[in-house]
Amino acid sequence: MKDFRILNSRAPRIDAFDKVTGKAIFVDDIKRPNMLYGAILHSPLAHAKILNIDTSTAEKLPGVKKVVTSKEAGNVRWGVSPARYDENIFCIDKVKYVGDEIAAVAAVDLETAREAVELIKVDYEELPIVLDGLKAMDEGKPQIHPKYPRNTSAEVHWHFGDIEKGRAESDYIRTDSLSSKMQDAAFMEPQSMIAEYDQNGYLTLTSSTQAPHYVQRTLAMALKIPLHKVRVIKPYVGGGFGPKAACSTAELATCLLAIQTGKPVKLIFEREQVFLHSRARHQFFHKMTTGVKKDGTLMFLDHEAILDGGAYTSFGIATVYYAASLLGGPYRLKNMKYDGYRVITNKPACGAQRGHGAVIARACFEMQLDRIARELKLDPIELRLKNVMSTGEVTCNELNMSSLGMRECLEAVRDKSGWQDKRKRSEKGKGIGASCGFFVSGAGYPIYRSTTFHCTIVTKLNDVGGTVTVYSGSAEIGQGSDTMLAMITAEVLGIPLDAVHVLSGDTELTVDLGAYSSRTTLMTGNAAKEAAEDLKRKILEVIADKMDVSIDSLDFKDGLLYVDGGVGDIGELRREYRKEHLGFKDLPSETHLTFLEASRLAFLEKGSLVGTGKYKPPPLGGSFKGATVGTSPAFGCSAQIAEVQVDRETGNITVNKVTGAHDCGFAINRTQVEGQMQGSISMGLGEALMEEIKYDSCGRIVNANLAEYKIPTSLDMPELDAIIVESNEPNGPFGAKEVGEGAIMPTIPAIINAVYDATDLEVDELPLTPERIRSYIKKQKNNS
Amino acid sequence: MKKHITLNVNGKDHELLVEDNRLLVDVIREDLHLTGTKKGCGIGDCGVCTVLMDGVPTFSCLVLAIQASGSEIVTIEGISDGNDLHPLQQAFIDHGAVQCGFCTSGMILSSLALLNKNPSPTEKDIRKALSGNLCRCTGYQKIVDAVLAAAEIMRAEG
Repeated sequence: MKDFRILNSRAPRIDAFDKVTGKAIFVDDIKRPNMLYGAILHSPLAHAKILNIDTSTAEKLPGVKKVVTSKEAGNVRWGVSPARYDENIFCIDKVKYVGDEIAAVAAVDLETAREAVELIKVDYEELPIVLDGLKAMDEGKPQIHPKYPRNTSAEVHWHFGDIEKGRAESDYIRTDSLSSKMQDAAFMEPQSMIAEYDQNGYLTLTSSTQAPHYVQRTLAMALKIPLHKVRVIKPYVGGGFGPKAACSTAELATCLLAIQTGKPVKLIFEREQVFLHSRARHQFFHKMTTGVKKDGTLMFLDHEAILDGGAYTSFGIATVYYAASLLGGPYRLKNMKYDGYRVITNKPACGAQRGHGAVIARACFEMQLDRIARELKLDPIELRLKNVMSTGEVTCNELNMSSLGMRECLEAVRDKSGWQDKRKRSEKGKGIGASCGFFVSGAGYPIYRSTTFHCTIVTKLNDVGGTVTVYSGSAEIGQGSDTMLAMITAEVLGIPLDAVHVLSGDTELTVDLGAYSSRTTLMTGNAAKEAAEDLKRKILEVIADKMDVSIDSLDFKDGLLYVDGGVGDIGELRREYRKEHLGFKDLPSETHLTFLEASRLAFLEKGSLVGTGKYKPPPLGGSFKGATVGTSPAFGCSAQIAEVQVDRETGNITVNKVTGAHDCGFAINRTQVEGQMQGSISMGLGEALMEEIKYDSCGRIVNANLAEYKIPTSLDMPELDAIIVESNEPNGPFGAKEVGEGAIMPTIPAIINAVYDATDLEVDELPLTPERIRSYIKKQKNNS
Repeated sequence: MKKHITLNVNGKDHELLVEDNRLLVDVIREDLHLTGTKKGCGIGDCGVCTVLMDGVPTFSCLVLAIQASGSEIVTIEGISDGNDLHPLQQAFIDHGAVQCGFCTSGMILSSLALLNKNPSPTEKDIRKALSGNLCRCTGYQKIVDAVLAAAEIMRAEG
């Protein structure tokens, strides 16, 4: 491997100092002169006609500056996917879930804004509601959107290969089901935003978003403002995990209030609103029939899924595709059929969450593989190893495995965890389970149809020399993308990490589609690499010219210039630099000419120097309908082994250890790769054991807080062993690809399989709460 | 009704006139401009607003500002001076215990309270002490590693 100076290290995050000292600025830490505070009126009913909205009392409350409803917002349809624009900024004639937005208020302080919201009087006529996603398509059910007959906002019917042939050739066939509950991303920072509008008609939104670019686009379209007059800025963001990847009603409403009042407006979600707005994990109902040969060779998969996505489509059309497309790997599977339905119900809308669409499908399939292994008397890891693909193979749905360290991941966790011995051990209540995972490394196409570059980078040399600034529209949301950009830039330029500054998260800097689909390291990283190479060439061209040597003989390393690997004849250049800086006390005195000297001399010759970079994937995917979803320039994969203890009396599951391996292609930053793996395991563990949004019979969330919606605490998390596998991805910068989402894939099924090993329970519903486990055990006793 | 209070924050007395229903977290953030203390739920579930009150980790969203009068409050801005980081802060940086950073202030303050009481905590002690501070990014592993490392450094420094 190449001798890297910066990459593949454990360099501290470049934003860590600000974050450990409390200096890092998040949206709610910002105040503007004359700023107003916004509040939103949410529907208290799950499905009702709006007969009348009376804002007159609210408007009269002293301190209220503006009340807006659909009257001001108009009837503009918007959403995530252009094919499914089904939202209005404010409800017009109907509310569709408890939490649907009806009006917003701007007032001089938050208390007044909230009081005014209470004073808005809405007359409703209640309508029958649809809460059960499994029954939403039934004949005779109330239709929630006129445009979605049978409450189905998207359906997918795929057939790759020939499953009937696969069926005929199978020695063993079994059918299993797995369902989950709606979940919340539970990031620590509630959505926060400040909108400002100036006299020239320029709108600036400072928001806790993951995707400034898409928010900019949606604001422009829904508020009818030219795109170039909309700017979206993202300061530090306290986690996103998917729900912050699309524009929200709150962002549109806050902008509308700023436009109407001419004053800055700040709106901060309360925790309950995070749950009401949701856009988090769908509820999935999967049924899979899989056939295998006696030796474990996979022959076919026949898969049905219903996704309950609440009141609006949001990302749902992509979700229902992802639920199947990512089962194409990492195993060789020639024949795959899929019938998927994304249904509408009177609940908060679901969207994308870490491992978009693919997490529960993966859990169902991997759970089934363990049951098949038991039937065939095969070791579950051996069964998997028998079927895993290798680099260079193509899936039945035409996904190209340009690098795939799946086998290496499985072998790594098997060997590190002591799998063989622990499988044989039969301590009561203890179990061990394995699983694989597979995910895109950046969506192959933007959400809207466009030939746009997915990201561009401008890297500018500081005019005084010595440091560079990377300008990027990408979104640092905690995953470490700013540090990744700085490390790649420093490595390419051959300068220390602290000589690179990163300015990111602003649509005015460059285009970047945002932090979703695990795309930033591969895509924005590629653009940053190209920009740094461009800038380096421009600096070295000047030096080569001045020294009258070939540019190929020059390079920077650790901030020093090397000429044919040595010091070179730098006397004249150094004299020139010193002449320019008379009176400075800290002139460079290293034997080598420094980057500071060389880059300053380049500026003196050429003026401001910038390097530019860009990235978009090549055309990807097949020609069948929906072939674009699931495509990616690369795929990450992972394996995990969970060790559990099940208490048959209480039904309580304790996860004692998780050993995980992830193929990230190449670790730009080893600490950050491990951090993504460990965070993914934590979210997966929560979803496997405790996370569940609960509704009452009227469609109201009964646990819209972080006490009753449980996420893992430090006491719930076991020891995590994170192993990095590097398969050197040809399409990634220095071989790098994703880790942010793929690492969640194996966690849920590894836990399910460990519980199966411990108890023989064939579960079919998540999360595995003590109550559910007790009821499975009761059923098991009754059957035996 | 407004009341005059003296709030001792990070060793400095602040004379304030505050509504008697205002929360300590809001006064710290809005009136004293110490925005390192975060607000994540407002009802004591998440721990991002943790401050030390007379050395005890306290959710500042569950305390009225007037109740805090007479106590010594420490926020993240009070545990180090300028560029000299507290060993816990340095360990959080070195061990990758920081991702989005929204829970970090609370995590560090809860850890500090633990180490002040128990300079040689076990991993279990640390997990117990941090169980009221939620983190959705890290899975807690690197936070625990950082606290263990900081404890060792602090013991060596005496």
